[in-house]
Amino acid sequence: MPASMTLEQSTSSWGGRRPYPIGLGVVLVTVAMLFSAFVAALLVRRTGADWTGIELPPLVWANTGILLVSSAAVEFARRAVRRGSTETAVRWLGVAATLGLLFLAGQLAAWHELTAQGLALASGPHAAFFYLLSGTHGAHVLAGVVALFWARARAARGAYRSQASGLTHAAIFWHFVGGVWLLLLAVLTTL
Amino acid sequence: MSETHTGFWRRYVFSTDHKTIGKQYYFTAMVMALFAAAWSMLLRLQLAWPQQTWPVLGKLFPGLYQDGVLLPERYLSLVTMHGTVMIFFVISLALVSGFGNFIIPLQIGARDMAYPFLNMLSYWTVVPACLIMLGSFFAPDGAAGSGWTAYPPLSALSEAAPGSGLGQTLWILAMALWIASFTMGGLNFITTILNLRTRGMSMRRMPLTVWTLFIASILGVLCFPALTAAAIMLLLDRVGATSFFLPSGLVVGGQLLSYRGGGGSPLLFQHLFWFLGHPEVYVLVLPALGIIFDVVAVGGRRPVFGYRTSIGALIVVAVLSMIVWGHHMFVSGMSPYVGEYFSVATVTITAPFAVLAMNLVASLWRAEIRLNTALLFALALIAAVGIGGIGGIFLATATSDIYLHNSYFVVGHFHLMIAVVTFFAIFAGTYHWFPKMFGRQMNETLGRLHFWLTVPAVIVGFVAMHLLGMGGEQRHLYDPTVYQFLRPIQWLNVFISIVLALAAAAQFIFLGNLFYSLVRGPVAASNPWAATTLEWSTPSPAPHGNWPGELPVAYRGPYEYRVDDSPEGYTPQHLPPSPAPGAVPVPV
Repeated sequence: MPASMTLEQSTSSWGGRRPYPIGLGVVLVTVAMLFSAFVAALLVRRTGADWTGIELPPLVWANTGILLVSSAAVEFARRAVRRGSTETAVRWLGVAATLGLLFLAGQLAAWHELTAQGLALASGPHAAFFYLLSGTHGAHVLAGVVALFWARARAARGAYRSQASGLTHAAIFWHFVGGVWLLLLAVLTTL
Repeated sequence: MSETHTGFWRRYVFSTDHKTIGKQYYFTAMVMALFAAAWSMLLRLQLAWPQQTWPVLGKLFPGLYQDGVLLPERYLSLVTMHGTVMIFFVISLALVSGFGNFIIPLQIGARDMAYPFLNMLSYWTVVPACLIMLGSFFAPDGAAGSGWTAYPPLSALSEAAPGSGLGQTLWILAMALWIASFTMGGLNFITTILNLRTRGMSMRRMPLTVWTLFIASILGVLCFPALTAAAIMLLLDRVGATSFFLPSGLVVGGQLLSYRGGGGSPLLFQHLFWFLGHPEVYVLVLPALGIIFDVVAVGGRRPVFGYRTSIGALIVVAVLSMIVWGHHMFVSGMSPYVGEYFSVATVTITAPFAVLAMNLVASLWRAEIRLNTALLFALALIAAVGIGGIGGIFLATATSDIYLHNSYFVVGHFHLMIAVVTFFAIFAGTYHWFPKMFGRQMNETLGRLHFWLTVPAVIVGFVAMHLLGMGGEQRHLYDPTVYQFLRPIQWLNVFISIVLALAAAAQFIFLGNLFYSLVRGPVAASNPWAATTLEWSTPSPAPHGNWPGELPVAYRGPYEYRVDDSPEGYTPQHLPPSPAPGAVPVPV
């Protein structure tokens, strides 16, 4: 490159496609493997003599509903971007991220409820797995909320006119985290 | 160039340049290697002369020695830390993170990694991990002592043993940071290789070093989460009083532990651990083979034999490596049918692995060998793979493994396979890429001296460990002479300690050569080895952005030595096929 040109100015010659789709794919695989390992551990651990099933607080079902609505809100935001109405998109993304935070608050309340029943982390394996799985999942939800707020800020700056790959990737991650929760809930309630 | 207006900190400390980060990893690994090697020397002293007192060492390491005698619990801490640091903080950092970072963009024709900032973050995540790991020696009860495998209940109960206290918690913390860092690295490697290859650099034109790092990264990304999960549960067992891995009826110091629910499964941890632990071996060994393929092609002046079958074999090895972890657990309590499966699957790995080794050997067929230190280490590596691999067959078969399990046979085997093989690759890679990394040549005479003092000693030393194991000596043994039946073979321990100490001393020749050449070595040309791959098409050392002008274009495969009538005897990858002036080359 010419000496007068900085490396950053010559990005076109850095070559390659945008790395985000593959990067996101790798992240999703890693997260999927992490939860697979946890679920496999649960399947083994539940054969232990001390395994007694517990009743999850009903609040988790309300939380699950919130998470699903939030996924829908993200899709509304994406549709708004496609139609060119940035303001609507920003609003829906705000709704989705706030619902994400509400989900986290709801999960904390569920923890509180369970502890109040005398089922703490160390009370038994099923309770321990509930805290472990919902806690690890919550950490990923938090990352998703950050991504949604980031996408909202970008949308507000008008970044999503011609292409909205950042929003798409945040949305994929958000739906993925939601899907993981449905699977975890199925494992925690039916096993 | 943008590097002219960045200060010292951005250029050398918090750099996002993959070459700087690669070197940072390399030198970090070197510092950690000095620690881990020193610990192993203390272990060898104890094993060879268990009754001896060492007043000087007692003064030097008052935490480890009492009245000149290495404390048994500190012996176990040293074993644990030697293994952990060598595997995760030396070999992984130097071979995968170090060379990987340095060489991937240069060999695929990219200006940097896909995520340079994440790359910097991954290095600065591993630094605190190193410091915590080293600092854990200052924990009240010493560093972790449950082995690099950290099996519960030893690792899960702080009261289980002296090394199970704060040191074990710090060990888990350091490993968690390390996994986070390595995952960021893997994400970067995979994305960079898939997205940032230059024009013409199809997957089938990538040098095998890049291929092996690519496959190793995929393996890492798939397998490390299992250890993450295990580490989180282990931590909860330690600090949250859960019992994921803790069975009921545990007795510590004569006291039955009653306050825990119990019913947990220590075997579960072993499964999770080895689901990572076995592929981790291949995460380290495959890049070692990749580097050697490159070095053998350059030194032998002929194309790598069976480039495509090698890639196929690499993929098969990687897939198989994920479904054989149970062979580490033949004596842990496992249905014989499951054991049979794991035996068969493990022995199956020898087939694709033999393809790789045979391709390496066949690459020397009709070679025009230019023997330099890099190639010497490459040849020694091929030999070590063969010698170490023989031991693997006995360990893969459940029948013989039940006798050999946890013996020095295993210690000798894995030292040949993942210590000797990977270190030879690190040395070969260093001698080979030093000119590109630092713009100077290493001293060849010192290199050969280093080679001849290192290679016979380590191979003989670790093969001798196999004999100890066949004689029945267990690993993690503080004083072998307490057993009558081991006394007749105690001379082997003395012998092993002496040859390995000599080999360790020889590494100072390497270090001296490296640091002397860094400052005083002859200035290197851009392509001192007459090599074909893209990293040699840019000045040594490569500038920021890797190529001063346009990115090179790959017109051909990576190993075109003596394939046509080119007067130089080799055709670099970036050379257009038709020398006709004015013709516009089209990359295919």
